[in-house]
Amino acid sequence: MSAQRPPVVAVLDYGAANMVSISQALVAAGAHAVVATDAAGLQGVDAIVVPGVGAAAPAMVHLRERGLLEPLREWVRADRPCLGICLGYQLFFDRSAEGDAETLGLLAGRTLALEGAPTLPHIGWNTVEAVRPHPLFEGIADGSHFYFVHSFAPAPEDETVVVARTTHGRPFVSAVASGSLYGLQFHPEKSDEAGQRLLANFLRLVVAADGKVAAGGTGAVARGAVVS
Amino acid sequence: MLARRVIPCLDVADGRVVKGTRFVDLTDEGDPAELAERYAREGADEIVFLDITAAPEGRGTVLDVVRRTASRAFVPLTVGGGVRSVDEMRDVLRAGADKVSFNTAAVATPGLLTECARRFGSQAVVCAIDARRRPPRPPSTAEPVAVAGATTWEVVTHGGRTPTGLEAVEWAQRAVALGAGELLVTSMDRDGTRSGFDTELLRAISSRVRVPVIASGGAAGPEDFVLAVRDGGADAVLAASIFHRQMYSIDEVKQAMAAAGLPVRPVEEAAA
Repeated sequence: MSAQRPPVVAVLDYGAANMVSISQALVAAGAHAVVATDAAGLQGVDAIVVPGVGAAAPAMVHLRERGLLEPLREWVRADRPCLGICLGYQLFFDRSAEGDAETLGLLAGRTLALEGAPTLPHIGWNTVEAVRPHPLFEGIADGSHFYFVHSFAPAPEDETVVVARTTHGRPFVSAVASGSLYGLQFHPEKSDEAGQRLLANFLRLVVAADGKVAAGGTGAVARGAVVS
Repeated sequence: MLARRVIPCLDVADGRVVKGTRFVDLTDEGDPAELAERYAREGADEIVFLDITAAPEGRGTVLDVVRRTASRAFVPLTVGGGVRSVDEMRDVLRAGADKVSFNTAAVATPGLLTECARRFGSQAVVCAIDARRRPPRPPSTAEPVAVAGATTWEVVTHGGRTPTGLEAVEWAQRAVALGAGELLVTSMDRDGTRSGFDTELLRAISSRVRVPVIASGGAAGPEDFVLAVRDGGADAVLAASIFHRQMYSIDEVKQAMAAAGLPVRPVEEAAA
């Protein structure tokens, strides 16, 4: 990828998310955002964002119906950049207690209901506490507030993927990273300056990963609706 | 720790911000998207647009306001007023809103809360409850003294003009059971009076539901925000006129809350 071209990020549209907000936040952070509704929409893109609010079971049905399940798994197995947000992050794990749904199985662990939470859903700005330094949070003060809206959260089996935790009643894992796979329980696209900074950091990781991929590997023209 | 939210509310009519209807009509307050962006810069944790457009043909303008705001201000957006169906809610969410607040439509058709929660998730469904104190009933031999003497509130709709006969605390619990993920509780006795929030009403509801409660109606100064949280058990506090008239900044309110030991998202962090 040439340095002049902004990274092309496909936002997966599987009928479960506020596509406008994440796309516009990515554009503001310096991406060329496209909305992908099927596998063809992933051709030529540099990164995938899996957004989402709502329930796990219908989300998996929609991903399957749109033929996105296997392309997404292959993408992550190839260690290409992928960011899951909220439900999108939860789908990376093996199973979700929400509707007892089988999910993507890209990370070991289960998504469980937030136990001991004083209020549910967990709605609002909460602090994200670093477990280890990670480039996603570069330039963002430890303990900064991000916007959360959820009632479930994943419990990763592999402690080494955990990047940050947040407490609502009990601590839960609010950010993970495994190779080029990143997951956030909060919404960076709704988290003001801190969220914009994080998305810009993600785009920098995308550009860096592209340099590592064989030259010419992502030369195709992106397809899908351009969001500006 | 989860911060207590401070939420400016913008009354939008035909695409412009207007003063609350209880006040003498002063002037057009400007472009809602610009004002929302300014509030976000000043540390607002969320923005509520209340569509008070009288004519249905003006409805489209609030979608345009949401669209323009969502492209410039990256904080949660809630739209209330005039949404009566799953399809209308879908249009508002597609424009870039995160939540929709139902008031009159939820009272008229409670199943709408369930339908919308099934389709978009409870987190996107806010039930707005406008409540007015009932005069205390005289003691009666037919009921226990505690019940006869307890304060109760009646749900009202159409800006307070229409009594519904619903008991506010019961309706709050029912709305949550139906699918509402958040309650926006407005005291119609206090709304526009700048005499403080009805913390008794807030406490009666917040102590009986698990979802977040947003306090509304009566803010006069930063101390009222503190009381709404501390005494009323509110998770978030909404106000209109004290911010529009620049009597207090969001920063001043948050500083008062922080000084009282309440967790807030500091404005300097938002602006960093």
